[in-house]
Amino acid sequence: MTHDPFTPRPDEKDMRDAYCDALIAAAEADSRVIVIDCDLSNSLGTGRFHARFPERSFNLGIMEANACSMAAGLSLTGFVPFVHSFAVFTSRRMTDQIFLSCAYAGLNVKLIGGDAGVSAAVNGGTHMAFEDFGVLRSIVGLRLFEPTDNTMVRALIPHIASRYGVDYIRMPRRSVIKIYEPGETFMPGEAKQLREGEDVTLIASGVMVSEALIAADLLENEGVHASVLDCFTIQPLDTAQIVERAQQTGCVVTAENHNIIGGLGSAVAELLSERAPVPLERVGVKNVFGEVGPQAYLMDRFGLRAKDICAAAHRVIERKQR
Amino acid sequence: MAQSDAITRLSADIRIQTIRALEQAGFGHIGGCMSVADTLAVLYGGELNIRPEQPDWPERDYLVMGKGHCGPVLYAALALKGYFPMDWLNTVNQPGTRLPSHCDRLKTPGIDMSTGSLGQGLSCAAGIALGLRMQGRSNRVFCIVGDGELQEGQIWEAAAAAEHLHLNRLILLIDENKRQLDGYVCDVCGGDPAEKFRAFGWNVVRVCGWDTDAILHEIRAATEQAGAPSAIVLETVKGMGASFAEHERNNHYMVITKEMAVEAVAEIHRRLSAGTYPAGEVV
Ligand SMILES: Cc1ncc(C[n+]2csc(CCOP(=O)(O)OP(=O)(O)O)c2C)c(N)n1
Repeated sequence: MTHDPFTPRPDEKDMRDAYCDALIAAAEADSRVIVIDCDLSNSLGTGRFHARFPERSFNLGIMEANACSMAAGLSLTGFVPFVHSFAVFTSRRMTDQIFLSCAYAGLNVKLIGGDAGVSAAVNGGTHMAFEDFGVLRSIVGLRLFEPTDNTMVRALIPHIASRYGVDYIRMPRRSVIKIYEPGETFMPGEAKQLREGEDVTLIASGVMVSEALIAADLLENEGVHASVLDCFTIQPLDTAQIVERAQQTGCVVTAENHNIIGGLGSAVAELLSERAPVPLERVGVKNVFGEVGPQAYLMDRFGLRAKDICAAAHRVIERKQR
Repeated sequence: MAQSDAITRLSADIRIQTIRALEQAGFGHIGGCMSVADTLAVLYGGELNIRPEQPDWPERDYLVMGKGHCGPVLYAALALKGYFPMDWLNTVNQPGTRLPSHCDRLKTPGIDMSTGSLGQGLSCAAGIALGLRMQGRSNRVFCIVGDGELQEGQIWEAAAAAEHLHLNRLILLIDENKRQLDGYVCDVCGGDPAEKFRAFGWNVVRVCGWDTDAILHEIRAATEQAGAPSAIVLETVKGMGASFAEHERNNHYMVITKEMAVEAVAEIHRRLSAGTYPAGEVV
């Protein structure tokens, strides 16, 4: 396989701005789409939605539990509420409300978790969600997304707005490394294959996708051919493709901006241990709390770099050969 | 029959059917079911704008049973109104039933919201009221909560939000039966709900929780309120109307035998004849 080496370039906009564009577009197309904020509109970038659709925007204040159950009530009357808070609060303050008022009650609520993982940066450990997918993944019927870049955000939001059910979308607020060209299409639940290679499969999500692509290039220089999957739907997992790649390459490395317990790595491990038990390593936060610092520092600190993915790839390849 | 007699009769039927349903199940939340029977009789005895043959009629008044553990008393009212066959009441809590212990909108016709985690119902009701108002509709949204349930922080989030949003079609019915699971509310964590909701800017009244005329009057008055949501504090007695529960200290959740049920139903009939229904000698 030959391909151009990956050159990391940042997206032109902060992801929150691309998100708000997409939400406004969704609301223009569908009068049921409404916004609920919990006093984090400025941080999460929904201000332009409030300005464009004042009658469809509600800043309820710092009351996440109430916001979530109210959203459920609103959806009962036919609206499609998008509820916003930081990922730490959307997942932890609303857990029981997401379970009962939204999921168990069979309603239609869209939950946004901002400042995902290390992107919480200088807000520090109290605000750094490494467990949000873990908290929400065992709630029946939820779909969990981690959009990779602005192109994907723009593609996913209309789909999420139009499909009935409870969805959770975790996002960073700032601009991230651009992966996709405009016009790229995405199927929720289908991982995107970004590289083909027969030696090892790298399965990544969120900010770790660009690290996985850099890792694939580094491995290529050493003669190791890596397959790279962008697994932006954590639930439902793309089981067919993950099993197929695992069988083709015989070993797997996952990479996530999340605790290795409960998120993408856990989901892949659960799947493969039943369906295709191959050597696997999980790159991610190793069950420790977050802390303050610039995102780059935190990615080094928690081992979320291409070099960490490469090292894990070498280990699984070696285990495979034993 | 005068309307108030019909409501009294309905409340007796609601109690009787609830007692029988819980006796079939063998046990249940008898205390909190009995204390709201009269209010449900007012609501389902003509006050609610509903179509039992079309449970999801968009113009209906909504009802959210915040204290979801009292599903069975609501099922009795719904069955009596014809939402589903009466014999469903024999299946409460049986495997595969459509009448589970806690309210489930996906299982039971006429149940508007799934509840059971105390404190969420009022927020859900506020969301429904907001959604209806955004659609320019004037349906009322009722929510029934327990006085113990008011300990949940989410209640006060919803209280603040509903007032801020001027959800005047939201009517909260507080079953102030003075008891919760582990004992008396005043011993666990009490305080006057009327004062609290007034402090949150709501229209608040107190009413005897088994005086169906008075309850009806206050619901009508709340319906006329512009500006703020309304709370009606129903002064009730936990377990009232199920004789075996009335003198039990722990009547939140009881085992109910056939004998207990038969005697309780007979006592309801005695009180009806004596004109002392539902309270009897209790108060
Ligand atoms: C969040 C939550 N915590 C605990 C319970 C368990 N529980 C069920 S009923 C109950 C007591 C409710 O008391 P109250 O609201 O006064 O209801 P009532 O006395 O009318 O039955 C408790 C603690 C629950 N259902 N939900």
